[in-house]
Amino acid sequence: MKKMLVVGVSLLILAAFFGAMAMSFSFGSPKMTDMDDYFLRNGQEQTGSNNECTAVVFDFRGFDTLGESTVLFCAIVGAALMFRKMQGGEEYEDE
Amino acid sequence: MRMSRIVRIAADILYPAVLIFGLYVVAHGHLTPGGGFQGGAVIATAGALVIVAYSYKEVTGWLKKNVLMGQEVIGLFGFIGVGLLALAFGQVFFFNYLANSGSLFGIPVPYGINAGELNTAGVIPLMNFAVGIEVWGGLTIVILYLLSGLEKEGC
Repeated sequence: MKKMLVVGVSLLILAAFFGAMAMSFSFGSPKMTDMDDYFLRNGQEQTGSNNECTAVVFDFRGFDTLGESTVLFCAIVGAALMFRKMQGGEEYEDE
Repeated sequence: MRMSRIVRIAADILYPAVLIFGLYVVAHGHLTPGGGFQGGAVIATAGALVIVAYSYKEVTGWLKKNVLMGQEVIGLFGFIGVGLLALAFGQVFFFNYLANSGSLFGIPVPYGINAGELNTAGVIPLMNFAVGIEVWGGLTIVILYLLSGLEKEGC
């Protein structure tokens, strides 16, 4: 009985918290729209790409994609180092 | 351990279809949803399909780790190279020097709804291809490396 009460009160507090969070944001009416409007109005003509997401990711924010590619490359180099073939007599170090 | 003949033949039939779909997603990255990362991931699932259907030992004969690593390096350096080539045209790094130029991938696009033309968007398709090749090699080689522990078990 006591456990049920605790769970119920916790759920109520969580629901109130997330409800207040959802209510306090005004979706669909952002305060600053200059950059979005610029991308939507000029992106298609300037980059020639009908897909606006690709225009932003590969052109306006090319550095972001460069970082993503580098992160992928580093992750795979790390995996290759971990699973490399052991040299003769080499063993994993045990702590 | 290989799967049954039914699974193997289904994988044989599906492998080129998955490859072609992935390449389509890469090539049409500037027109339809998708792009280099997504298309490369689709192609990498083709490799995973073959690994599941056949044994790891057989697959390492077809999917060479050196080739996949080379693909990854070529993709990353191709991406950076396409960006650096803008300096030769007197522009800044990552400038879209091919868009609206009338040459390769250079047909101008009007503002608004249009049918879409593959020969547009300047350097974006080139970068899509570079990133697609990189992700293709990278994700496939990660699967191969994670399975390389099976070598001792004899699976």
